[in-house]
Amino acid sequence: MSNNPLQQFQINTIVPIDLGGINASITNSAVAMVATVAVVSIFLIMGMGSRKLVPGRWQSMAELSYSFVADMVRDNVGNEGRKYFPAVFSLFMFILFGNLLGLLPYSFTFTSHIAITFTLAMIVFIGVTLIGIARHGLHFFSLFVPSGVPAFIYPILVPIEVISYLSRPVSLSIRLFANMTAGHTMMKVFAGFIIPLGFIGGWAPFAVDVALTGFEFLVAFLQAYVFAVLTCLYLNDSIHLH
Amino acid sequence: MPQLEIATFAPQIVWLFITFLAMYFLMAKVALPRIAQVLDERQTRIDDNLEKAAALKAEAEAAAAAYESSLAQARSKAQEEVKAVLDAANAEQAKRQDELSAKLNKELDAAEARIAQAKDKALANIKEVAGDVAKATVDKLSGVSVDDAAVQAAVAKAMEQN
Repeated sequence: MSNNPLQQFQINTIVPIDLGGINASITNSAVAMVATVAVVSIFLIMGMGSRKLVPGRWQSMAELSYSFVADMVRDNVGNEGRKYFPAVFSLFMFILFGNLLGLLPYSFTFTSHIAITFTLAMIVFIGVTLIGIARHGLHFFSLFVPSGVPAFIYPILVPIEVISYLSRPVSLSIRLFANMTAGHTMMKVFAGFIIPLGFIGGWAPFAVDVALTGFEFLVAFLQAYVFAVLTCLYLNDSIHLH
Repeated sequence: MPQLEIATFAPQIVWLFITFLAMYFLMAKVALPRIAQVLDERQTRIDDNLEKAAALKAEAEAAAAAYESSLAQARSKAQEEVKAVLDAANAEQAKRQDELSAKLNKELDAAEARIAQAKDKALANIKEVAGDVAKATVDKLSGVSVDDAAVQAAVAKAMEQN
């Protein structure tokens, strides 16, 4: 391991694959994503293996994650949101476990890459826009015309609304990427001070890292939650138009 | 910054699509239906049990009401019986008292009649004795022998004056 705190974000090709001119190599990022899907699936499918009426520890964790996201979708989108529950659930668990597994030493945090977070944000953005157009047709664009505003302000307000709508995927992706990158970089920076400061002085950055680790668990959960909640809110806008 | 190396974007995005689609199908087709089924089963079970509990509670309440009403019935019946017995006893007592007082009155009347008779008899005797005493007194004091009839008449006259 190098002392460069950004070294941990390096993408390393493990198996080079070329798919008709597209670089589809298996990288450490791909391994982390596959591991995340595997861990989530094992957690949920094995956890529900016994299907007990009175759940055990694993089963109640699986049920808790289900009800947590189901409540989130119901509260923010309403009953029309049921259809999109599996998508929001997958998104939440994918990001949450990506963040959490990234906290393991020597593992890779794929959510700290803008390519990943922006692609996820674009999936959400294009998805909710298509859902809105499919549901409301051209009427969907009334989303950009605030109600209860005198018409002569429209030339100012409508561009603002359009820009704020278009900036959704940017803020969504940068929030997650920046939080994960900053947290992991900070941990590495403090970790880099531990050995150079020696046995006496090294305890201070070590203590900071212990605190940061706990804080990073909170951030890992919070960012996954924020991403999922904002997805629900965007979905709600598309379905109910204000 | 490794995040800004454009060359690494393609493999990341390709694998994101592969893994996220796999995730979506695993969740939507396998994991979530299982959890939903278990949660539904539990909910129906809970609802069933709640219904059963409500039915049992209603039954228990009905039984309690029946018990209460039979208790009240028994109580009022017992009160009626006690009242009937009490009334009968009172009537019997009144009847006996009436009989007794009638008997006593009769005896009292008879006794009064006897007393009056005895009094009359005694008064009659007193006249005779008074006559005899008067005759004997006259005889002793004056040595005159008085006629019985005259003495009797005098005594009767004196007694009437008293």
